Amino acid sequence: AVVSTQSTGTSVCLRGDVIVVLGVEKRSVPKLQDERTVRKIHKLDDHVCMAFAGLTADARILVNMARVECQSYRLTMEDPVSMAYISRHIASVKQHFTQRPGLRPFGLSALIVGFDYDGSAHLYQTDPSGTFHEWKANAIGRNGKTVREFLEKHYTDEIAASDEACSKLTVRALLEVVQSGGKNIELAVMRRGKPLEILDTKTVEKLVEVTEAERDAEAEAKKKAAGKS
Amino acid sequence: MECLIGIKGKDFVIVASDNMAAHSIIAIKHDSQKQFELSDRMVMAVSGDAGDMSNYAEYIQKNLKLYEMVQGYKLSPNAAANFSRKVLAKALRSNPYMVNLLLAGVDETGEPSLYFMDYLASMAKENYAAHGYGSFFILSTLDRYYREDMSKDEALDLLKKCIKEVQSRFIVNLNAFSVKIIDGNGVTEVADIPGRGTVHKDVPLEAIHPLLAKA
Repeated sequence: AVVSTQSTGTSVCLRGDVIVVLGVEKRSVPKLQDERTVRKIHKLDDHVCMAFAGLTADARILVNMARVECQSYRLTMEDPVSMAYISRHIASVKQHFTQRPGLRPFGLSALIVGFDYDGSAHLYQTDPSGTFHEWKANAIGRNGKTVREFLEKHYTDEIAASDEACSKLTVRALLEVVQSGGKNIELAVMRRGKPLEILDTKTVEKLVEVTEAERDAEAEAKKKAAGKS
Repeated sequence: MECLIGIKGKDFVIVASDNMAAHSIIAIKHDSQKQFELSDRMVMAVSGDAGDMSNYAEYIQKNLKLYEMVQGYKLSPNAAANFSRKVLAKALRSNPYMVNLLLAGVDETGEPSLYFMDYLASMAKENYAAHGYGSFFILSTLDRYYREDMSKDEALDLLKKCIKEVQSRFIVNLNAFSVKIIDGNGVTEVADIPGRGTVHKDVPLEAIHPLLAKA
């Protein structure tokens, strides 16, 4: 099951202070196929969304289970789910399937991100084994390790405080492993109190341009500094 | 004893409900909300047994939200009304919901609709409808004065006329009515239509009886 999580494209997710950003590597879609049906970012509730890496069919089942749980929680508790709760729920479903006879584990890792009722943002990752951990920023999928290492080097609390910086860092992290261009990146943004916003191709392309320019400028500056010394 | 009113216009629907929650002869609450927003363009007004009212309405509300999450789009008022009716019908012969309701909504094209449903799971799509003892007075008034091409203000005036009739001729004092208007832009809460008597709030003890005054 863990192997299947490496089979699909990279998903990266950043948790800021007032914004959460999800970036997904978009597989090139055949000409006759409708792009809208190849979604890797799913809305679980108004304040939670998730990206995954692994088997799409398995993800669909988990996503719908989570959606039912979100509404069921709202019905009984009169409150929206917290990130910890829904991540624990998804993780325990996954674990259940590793311990029952006749069932196979879900072949996907999920990045669940959103805002709690008190307004704080959280990001959780779940594995096929059923474990879940909280992260500040993470990446899963084919080149997840590379992207994660990049994030470890570049994620700072300063970036977390700025909406724009979060989006740019997500794009930059994805660009490490993805071919350049808005066509290959799908970006979604959720601000506190606002619904999930999946950015259109034009906005993504502009962001990619700006980010690439900044990256190239930084590289130039480094070269000059190295050249001087 | 509860009263619900619905009036449909060309591109809007008005729903009004009284604010009283009573147990037998005691009014326990004067500001109870009997209208539930099922989505940003749909409202359900319920009356009947207290527990069933909130149980049923919240169940419908959360199921409609779940549908929106799973399918990616909202249900139309027609679909939502039929779904609500089905839930009533399935429970009828085992554990019925003792609720009467009005479901009002505006669909994606701006077309308004008003559905009348009762505890026996009947459903009727109407231009205007009412529930409760008040309906005897309201329906007569609406039969006489309702026109399909009314503006929002004219419809609100007609609503005030209906409520005035109820306040005048129904022996139970229902006091204030909450009013919501649904149109292409969503649900708006209009100012309450006041009752005849006022509810005693923060009345100083001396005013209730001189003997209660502090020495």
